[in-house]
Amino acid sequence: MRGPAFLEKIEAAFPGAVAGTHLEAIDPWVEVTAEKLLPVCRWLKESSDSRFDSLECITAVDWLEPDPKKAAKVTWQPHTEIVYHLWSTVSRVSLVLKVKLPRWKDDLPGSLPAVASVAGVWRTADWHEREVYDLSGIEFTGHPDLRRILCPEDWEGFPLRKDYQMPLEYHGIRAK
Amino acid sequence: MASLTNDDPRIIEFDVRTDEMLVNMGPQHPSTHGVLRLVLRTDGEVVSELEPHIGYLHRCAEKIGENLTARQWIPYTDRMDYLAAMNMNLGWALVVEKLMRHEVSEKARHLRVLIAELGRISSHLVGMGAYGLDLGTFSPFLYAFREREKILDLFEETCGARLTYSYITVGGLTADLPPGWLEKCEAFLDQFEPVIQEYHTLLTTNAIFVKRTAAIGVLSPEMAIDYGCSGPVLRGSGVDQDLRRDGESIYTSMYDGYAFEVAVQKDGRYPRDHIYPAVPTEAVLGDCWHRFFVRMLEVVQSMDLVRQAIDRYSACKGSIGEPLKLMEKIPVGDAYLETECPKGQMGFYLVGDGSPIPWRVRARSSSFSNLSVVHELCRGCLIADVPAIVGSLDIVMGEIDR
Repeated sequence: MRGPAFLEKIEAAFPGAVAGTHLEAIDPWVEVTAEKLLPVCRWLKESSDSRFDSLECITAVDWLEPDPKKAAKVTWQPHTEIVYHLWSTVSRVSLVLKVKLPRWKDDLPGSLPAVASVAGVWRTADWHEREVYDLSGIEFTGHPDLRRILCPEDWEGFPLRKDYQMPLEYHGIRAK
Repeated sequence: MASLTNDDPRIIEFDVRTDEMLVNMGPQHPSTHGVLRLVLRTDGEVVSELEPHIGYLHRCAEKIGENLTARQWIPYTDRMDYLAAMNMNLGWALVVEKLMRHEVSEKARHLRVLIAELGRISSHLVGMGAYGLDLGTFSPFLYAFREREKILDLFEETCGARLTYSYITVGGLTADLPPGWLEKCEAFLDQFEPVIQEYHTLLTTNAIFVKRTAAIGVLSPEMAIDYGCSGPVLRGSGVDQDLRRDGESIYTSMYDGYAFEVAVQKDGRYPRDHIYPAVPTEAVLGDCWHRFFVRMLEVVQSMDLVRQAIDRYSACKGSIGEPLKLMEKIPVGDAYLETECPKGQMGFYLVGDGSPIPWRVRARSSSFSNLSVVHELCRGCLIADVPAIVGSLDIVMGEIDR
């Protein structure tokens, strides 16, 4: 979805929800605050002109440079970014939503950051959020059944985090 | 009592008191199309609840992608949908080109269409043959594999591999076609075209096949969109969407000038570009039969596209271009692109940080979303219909588990 007119409509409907935008990017994206994500998504699906009735993908991007030498050069602070790719089968336009979260809740390693689940808006989010939880360690509050989907239930850690350490063994199977 | 007839076995079932039973189906089961495990809660012959368990083939290809350059990851995309690896290669190549703002030559573009559509035919042939197998008929499977073998032979001549090609690559293709290939391809199409009518006799209009698939597992268009279904599963429900026509310009421009009609039922009828058997009266839009039929129509549609691509490709002068270097740097930024793969819309998301190795890669699997609707379709169906429903989704586990 291109054009600032659309952006104005979100801002009019939800003042303060837009935390940042990049409209010149290859895929222009809108960053919304974690608190307003759920109402914005519901509005995008049900009330906006374009009716984003289809959620294509949820991705978590872990922004952490584990190498201390390279970490000194990066310009961003460590954080996690959740990217929602929406699509409208009615008007055939796409939209990219981003939400920024801390890597750990209250900076306590081990306590997962949380964001509202959109499984009540698009039912496909159920499995996608389970996958993001499984691999990236994001808590989705309000999800009907948040548990691992691809890894075994007793798997430890979240493989797609940049500081993930591959376990040496799993139930007697050597991993390294 | 007059309403109880043998036509609907469920009415009789509900009359008999039975115990609930948990039935485990898979992960090693011939009709689960790979290592899929389904846990069914059954009441007699009726499935009251179904839960899929996935992840048996999980390799975390996305993590692997964070440690390889964009071109090095192409063989891993082969192993996602291993029945249509050419289309997987294409999806990944296009998203990298999108982020790099790279355009391939005209000749490479037509060659990509040719290869991708042949890949679609071979994938749908497996889908069709294996579906017959699910429903208890063996011969269509052998016929389908006989034709698919010829496509694999053609693919083998282009790149040396029969399943995991890595042929379409970032910036073009790894090699041009060998001499004489186009003639072989045309000979295959000429031989293949009349065979499709045999398939229709064997399966599409077969009375037993229609009984097993018509009005079974009906998926409404609203539910299909809500669950993110795509490809033949979505079009089988009557939603008119095909990314080759409706997708992003970097993908649709590949098909610029190609004539094709999206295989979907509109106003009660399918496109009339070829002679097809009539829709049986028992079939309901969105059922297993329609999903199967859309695939059969797409085989014919892809054959047309391959013929058009052969003409355009042979008219092109010049080279197919040079693939990008192995250590080519990926610009800072992110790009997402979905392409119409045989199984549905396969999306790749790429985040670059200026180095040759992507910061993050993500594969959005079409089969993953298509499978997530299966518990809705199987609620209240008979146990014998579970393979019919799962088979009609035409999933491939390599892509679901990644």
